[in-house]
Formats: sequence, C-alpha cells, structure tokens
Amino acid sequence: MTVIAIAFYLLALVTLASGLMVITAKNPVHSVLYLILAFFSSAGLFILLGAEFLAMLLVVVYVGAVAVLFLFVVMMLDVDFVKLRQGFANYLPVGLVVGLVLVVELIMISIAVATKGAAAGSQPLVATAAEPNIKMIGHALYSTYIYLFEAAGFVLLVAMVGAIVLTLRTRPNVKRQNIFKQVTRRRKDAVEIVPVKTGEGISE
Amino acid sequence: MTIDLVHYLTVSAILFTIGVLGIFLNRRNIIIILMSLELILLSTNINFVAFSSYLHNVQGQIMAMFVLTVAAAEAAVGLAILVTFFRNRGDIAVDDASMMKG
Amino acid sequence: MLSDMSTVVTLAVFAPIVGAAIVGGFGRWLGNIPSQAITTGLLFVACALSWFTFIQHTWGGMEDFTVTVLPFINIDTFHSAWSIRIDALSSTMLIVVTTVSSLVHLYSWGYMSEDPSRPRFFAYLSLFTFAMLMLVTAADFMQLFFGWEGVGLASYLLIGFWFQKESASSAAIKAFVVNRVGDFGFALGIMTVYWQFGTINFHELFPMIASHQGQTWEFLGQSFSALDLAAFLLFIGAMGKSAQFFLHTWLPDAMEGPTPVSALIHAATMVTAGVYMVCLLSPLFEYAPVAKMIVAYIGAITAIFAASIGFTQNDIKRVIAYSTCSQLGYMFFAAGVGAYQAAMFHLFTHAFFKALLFLGAGSVIHGMHHEQDMRKMGGLWKYLPITYGVMTIGTIAITGLGIPETQFGFAGFFSKDAIIESAWAAHNTPQGLFAFIMGIAAALLTSFYSWRLIAMTFHGKKHWEHAHDDHHEVIDGHDASEPAHDDHAHDDHHGHGHDHKPHESPWVMLVPIGLLAVGAVFAGVAFAPYFIGGHAHEFWGHAIFTAPTNHIMHEAHEIENMWVKLAPLAVTLIGMALAWYYYIAKPNLPKKLAANDGPIYNFLYHKWYFDEIYQVIFVKSAKILGDFFWKVLDVKIIDNLGPNGAAWTALKSAKNLVKTQTGYVYHYAFAMFLGVVGLLTYVFWLVH
Repeated sequence: MTVIAIAFYLLALVTLASGLMVITAKNPVHSVLYLILAFFSSAGLFILLGAEFLAMLLVVVYVGAVAVLFLFVVMMLDVDFVKLRQGFANYLPVGLVVGLVLVVELIMISIAVATKGAAAGSQPLVATAAEPNIKMIGHALYSTYIYLFEAAGFVLLVAMVGAIVLTLRTRPNVKRQNIFKQVTRRRKDAVEIVPVKTGEGISE
Repeated sequence: MTIDLVHYLTVSAILFTIGVLGIFLNRRNIIIILMSLELILLSTNINFVAFSSYLHNVQGQIMAMFVLTVAAAEAAVGLAILVTFFRNRGDIAVDDASMMKG
Repeated sequence: MLSDMSTVVTLAVFAPIVGAAIVGGFGRWLGNIPSQAITTGLLFVACALSWFTFIQHTWGGMEDFTVTVLPFINIDTFHSAWSIRIDALSSTMLIVVTTVSSLVHLYSWGYMSEDPSRPRFFAYLSLFTFAMLMLVTAADFMQLFFGWEGVGLASYLLIGFWFQKESASSAAIKAFVVNRVGDFGFALGIMTVYWQFGTINFHELFPMIASHQGQTWEFLGQSFSALDLAAFLLFIGAMGKSAQFFLHTWLPDAMEGPTPVSALIHAATMVTAGVYMVCLLSPLFEYAPVAKMIVAYIGAITAIFAASIGFTQNDIKRVIAYSTCSQLGYMFFAAGVGAYQAAMFHLFTHAFFKALLFLGAGSVIHGMHHEQDMRKMGGLWKYLPITYGVMTIGTIAITGLGIPETQFGFAGFFSKDAIIESAWAAHNTPQGLFAFIMGIAAALLTSFYSWRLIAMTFHGKKHWEHAHDDHHEVIDGHDASEPAHDDHAHDDHHGHGHDHKPHESPWVMLVPIGLLAVGAVFAGVAFAPYFIGGHAHEFWGHAIFTAPTNHIMHEAHEIENMWVKLAPLAVTLIGMALAWYYYIAKPNLPKKLAANDGPIYNFLYHKWYFDEIYQVIFVKSAKILGDFFWKVLDVKIIDNLGPNGAAWTALKSAKNLVKTQTGYVYHYAFAMFLGVVGLLTYVFWLVH
C-alpha cells in the first residue's frame, strides 16, 4: 500500500511541478521539455490506475509525436529570446485569485462526487491475467465504439491534410518533376514539324 | 494511506487550473498557449482514467483514447497555423496578435 | 301628384350640383360663356321649380311631404337617409335661396366679366347653392350637417376665390376655422340629441320631445337639463354660421370675396342657415327655456354690437356686413322670445334687401373701378342713377320706413317692427325687455349708418374727383421738372385717369338688382299675412312648433301701446336726420371726430378689439400649444426616446461593447475562464 502511495505522491508532484514549469519557463525549449516530463509522470499515474495501454499510448503518441512536433516548431521558428516581454505580473493577482477559486471549487466537487457518488469506497481496478487491460479496451473499442473509432481515423486524416495544406510552400525557382504533366503530354504538343530551307535556320 | 479517487481528481483539478492560467497569464509566445492546452487535455485524461478505474468501467479509457487522438490532431493543425502566422508576421509575440480587434 | 312633385323638388335641389359638376370638371374646356350659361340656366330652372313648389304649398293646398332619395347610413339604431323634406319652412327657404342665387349668377356675368377664372367661380356658386338646398330640405340632422359643412366649404372657396391675395386666403381660413368652432358645438348637439332620443330624424324626434321634458344629465356633479344642453350646443353651431356675438369675427373679413359672393352667402343664405335651424328646431327650443333665453340674449347683444361697429366703418362692404350681422341678431332674439314666425319673415325680407344692398354696392364698386373706401366716393348719384335709386329703396327697406297700422311700408318695416313688437310682448321676461331696448337702440343705429352709407357714397363732395385733380397736378409737376421722365408711364396714367369717371353698370347687373328692389318693396306687404298675419297658422302648419304657453305672436298683434308701435319709426327718422346732419350738412364733422382718435371711436372702429383679444387668447395660445407639442413633445421626447433615441442608444452601447473585442486571445481566454468559474459557482450554490 504504502509503495503505491509513495509512488502516487511522487508522480503527482512531478506532474504538477513540471506543469507549472511549462508555463513559467523563459526558454520555450525548456517549456517543451517540461511538458514531456509532465506526460511521462502522468503515464506513471495511469499505470498506477491500471490503464497500461493508455499509459503507453500517452508516451508513444503524446511524447513521441506531439511533444516532438512542438520541439520541431519551436526550434524552427527562431524566436529571439531577448525580446521576451514582461507583463506577466499584471494579470497575476487577478489570475491567481480566480484560479484559486476554480481549484477550490473543483476539489470540493471532486470530494462530493468521490464520497457520495457511485465510486465511493471502491478500489482501483487492476487488470488480471485473465482479462488484461488491452483486451478490455479492444472488446469495447471494436464493438460498441466502432463508428467512433472510424471517425477518429477521419479526424486524423483531416488534421494531416490540413496541416500540410497550411504549411506547404513551393519554392518558385526550384525545378521539379510534375508527373501528371509528363504522363499526359501529347506528341502534337511536344513536337512541331517545320519545313526548313536548305542553308537557312529557323527564326523564333 | 489509501489512495482514493479524490486524490486523482485533485491532481487533475490542479493541473487543469495550471493549464488555464497558462493560457492567459503568458505574454511571451503562442506556443505556450498550445502547450497549456495540452496540459488541460492531459488533466481531463487523468480524470477519465481515474473514474474508469474506480468505477470498474472501461468506457473512461476509451474516451481518454479519443481525447488523445483529437488532441494530437489539434496540436498538429495548431502548430501549422502557428507556423503560417510566424511566416506572415516575423515573430510569435502574443501582444502583437490583436488584428482581430473590434 | 305627389310623385310629380317629388320629381319637381328633386330636380330643383339637384340642378345646381349638375351645373357645378359639369362646369367644375370641364369649365376650362368649355370656355367662359358656355360655363356661365350652363350654371345660370340650371339655377333659373331650379328657381322656377322652387317657386312652383312654394305656390303649390301655400295656395295649392299641397301637403307636407318628404322624398327619400337615397339611403345614407344604417347602423344599428342610427339611421339617416338623403331626403328632401318639403314643408312651409323648407319651401320658403327654397325660393329665397334659388331666387337670390339665380339673380347673383346673372349679376356675376357682369361683375366678374374681367376675371380669368369665371368657370371656377360659377361652379363654386352652384356648389354652394346645392349645399344650401341640401341643408334646407334635410329631414334629419346628418343631412343638415352635411349641408352645413358644404356651405362652409363653399364659403371658404368663394371667400378665398382670389387666393393669390394673401388677405383673401387668410380671411377664408379664418371663416372656416371660426365656423369650425361653431360646428363643434353643433356636432356635440347632434350627439346629445341622438343620445337622449335615439334618433336624429326630425319626423321621429319632434313628437318625442314633450315627453322628455324633465330629463336631466349628470356631469361633474352638476345636473343639467338634457333638452337645454342639446339646444344650447346646437345654437353654438348657429352662432358660428350666423356670425353672432363671440363667433362673429369672420364675417367682416369675408368681404375679401367678390361682392356677388357677399350678396349670396353673407347676406341672404348661408348666414341665415343658423336662424333657419333654430326655427326648424322650434319644438326643441320651446322645451328648452334656458337655451331660448341664451338665444335671445346673444341675438340682442349681437344686434346692438354689430350696429355700433357698423357706424364707424369706412369700407362700403363692411358697413353692409355689420348690418347683416346686426339683422341676424334681430332674427335670433325674435326666435329667442318665441316669435319664430317673425324671425323667418325677417329672414325672408332681409334676404331681398340685403342682397339688393350688396349687389348695389357691387355696382358702385364696379363703377368706381374696384374702389371700396367710402371716403373716396361721393356725389355719385348723377353718375349711377339706377344704382342710387335701388340702393335708396334698399335702405328704406332695411331701416323699416312705413306707416304703422297701415299696409304702407317697405319690406323691412313689416318684418322688423314685428320682431320689436314681439320683444315688447315678452317684456315681462328679462330677456324680452333687454331685447326690446336693444332692438330699438339698434334700429336707431341701423338707420344712422344705412343713411350714412347713402350720404357718403352718393351725395356730398366728389372725393374721387379731387384725388384725380391732385393726380393731374402731380403729373404736370413731373412734366415741368423732368421732361424725359417716363413718357410711357405718363401716357398710361393719363389713359387711366380719364377713364376713372364712374359709370353705370351694364344691364346684366342692373336687372337682378331691379328685381330684388321689387322684392324689397313689395315682399313685406305681400307676404306679411302668410308669415305673421292672419294666414300664418295655415301657412306654417307643422313646420314651426310653438308650445301651448307661447302666445307671443298673438300678443304682438294685440299691443295696445301706441308708443311701442311708433317707437321704431321714430328712431328710424331720428337716425335719418342725424345722418343727414353729419354727412350732408356738416360733412367735415365726422372727419374731425375720427381724427380726434377718441377712445370710444377707437373701440368701435377696432370692432370692440375682438380680433385682438382672440389673437391673444386663442391664436397665440394655440400656437404656443402647437409649438410645445411639436418642439418639446414630438421632437425632444418622442423622437429622442423613440427612433432617434433608440438609434443613439444602440450606437452608444455598441461602441462600448466593442471595447471588449481587444483582439488579444488571452483576453478572450480569460473571459471564458471567468465564465467557467461563474458557472461552477452557480452549480455549487444550487447543489448546496
């Protein structure tokens, strides 16, 4: 028990601390790295909850793809760190107050739900060997939620297309092959027979 | 001590608030906004999974998976927009992004 | 027989409107002479038919009848129909209206011969005649009111006939507006009648009146007799239409219209509509003693008031206008003491001699090339002999010269003396005594100003010649000093000046005047027995109702006091003598008195300052009220709260709301965040 508790508190603390650092780090690259740390520690939390598949998914997708993407963009955009402006302090008091209110309310609601709701007094579900976590997910995903699964695929497709459309640039002076043009070229467009007199050239 | 649902929910709540604060407290650049968004989504994921675990129902995890999918897609598109924004304006300072002023 | 008569009277009433419609619509296309011919011809047809009706009714033993021409309104219990009611009252008025109108039509051929808009004039005259005929043949209040308003409209159109002249169009508006005040009372009276009796048809109404005698009406805690109230309100209408005291201010200004208009409308017909109405409603007035008393007082006051102003005026038409006003006062106080028959008789004779006087004055004006100021006339009897003759006849008629107790006398003698004697017969009532005294005093003044008019116009020094001698001298003076100065204008002046000698009017104007003169002389002696004499009862029949206690006419005949019978004649002769003294014997005296500018003179000359008083009380306050409603209420309050205010508010609030759109995403995010927190708090409080 206590191991779980210690693990929980450690992971939770790391998650929260790195979240805080994400928004307060001066260097955006540092922010991204802190984000990666937050993801990792919440993956750990997921494992504690018995959602192994999801924890791995978090690491692979979020850390492996999304956070790396962030890193790419941050490095590509060549931001000048010196020009970072102040102004953080202006909104801080109001923001903190409101944020505090929000946190308190959320926690109180959570307590209410947790103690009086359906989950009161239950234990976390830990996967057994008979029914591993991934099997459970598979059972649900491919039967009840099949349509949503397909839709999610579409969402990803659309996002990919959108991202490419937004950012693709063609350099104007670079020569490229246009396969379509090559394939659809006709002889009559390409070749022109010109009668040439002997001893004379062709004028343009 | 027993780790209860409340603990996880508390973690989620605090992370959520941090993410929200990050959106409007930052004056530096737009990437911070996108990252705060990721934090928020992460907190809701923790929430879903915690409930799924304590309610012995896999639905929460399925939902968390979909959230993950959408978050990834949104991050991609958001970053594409950011890149276009940067190409048009030269930097990504938040203070300058007031062209939609009424 | 009856159906023939129905056709006859329908033709008589509708002939003028046919003429008005044809000429009004197509006058410009028809041309002047055909337009005049159509309208005048139709009027003479109507006149002949009216005389035929009258003769049949008076001597041919024809019964009273009513022809329903068309239904008008039929709503629930409110019924009204276009109809033609023939009884003694309406047949009398028919001949008065059509005779005077047709003679005025004929006269206008000459008087308006140089006017460019003759078709319009004749169309208006015929329109007026039609409206008046509708009024007098009405069988219920709706048609009476229609005719009432119609003559008001025609009066407006005719007074403002020369509308390019600003004073004329203002006078027309004044006439219409003052009439409107009267009409308002009239309309209220009609409503009161309908409310109390449930009907507005005379035939149904009159039998019901006696039974409603004691009916009262509660208003503001006071209890009023319903009949008195109705009669009084109706009388207010009569006050407006007949230019009685308080609502008289329009009549002198109505002289802006052409003289034939004044003769027709403001002497013989329209202004007498009020008297006609009171006599027609005699059943109502007989049971409304308070209203009757008011009628008598107002009539008597008007008689003396108008006469007092008349004798300081210098415009020939205004003198005659005030004379009309005064004579109408006589008619009203006769009705007020219960002598309706005498009032109608005076109406009848007055139509003749007043129209005569006006047309004669028109002849003078025409001859003097549209000069109307009497101070610039004089010595005209040589130049306009026929006009002089008929005007004198008219003046004798109006002043009521005649020999009492005999049949010798001109028209006014019979009718006016009948009225004064009736007033004496009622002298045991305060209004009767007051009316009698005022009647005698007004007779004195009437005689004075009427003979004054004759003296100033036809006798004495030729002031117009004097003006032309001056004129000539001025021109000669110009000649000497500036030889090259405007030879062109000089010739014009000369040409104009030499033509300025007054000339007699053409025959087309003299014939109508002559006919009216005949009427002025003989109408009194010929018709007295029928109107007020021995045959009166058969003549009037049911047209005029007198209450069982009303014996005025009878008592008037039975007067023993010689001095009462001689008094009117005496004051008439005194007035004549005074006029001769002031205007023929010592003609400079009036000028000196006028130049003194004494308070009494000014008071009378300025018409008792009524115009000024009304201007301050009504016109100014109406204007202030109107301005207030316009500038403050309409513009400032309604417009500013309404359309302008709404627009301004929308704009202002939009401008302020726009400030929240800063363009910064984090501001928007903050707003969203606040929203979320708010929502959570709300849910929180709900749950707890």
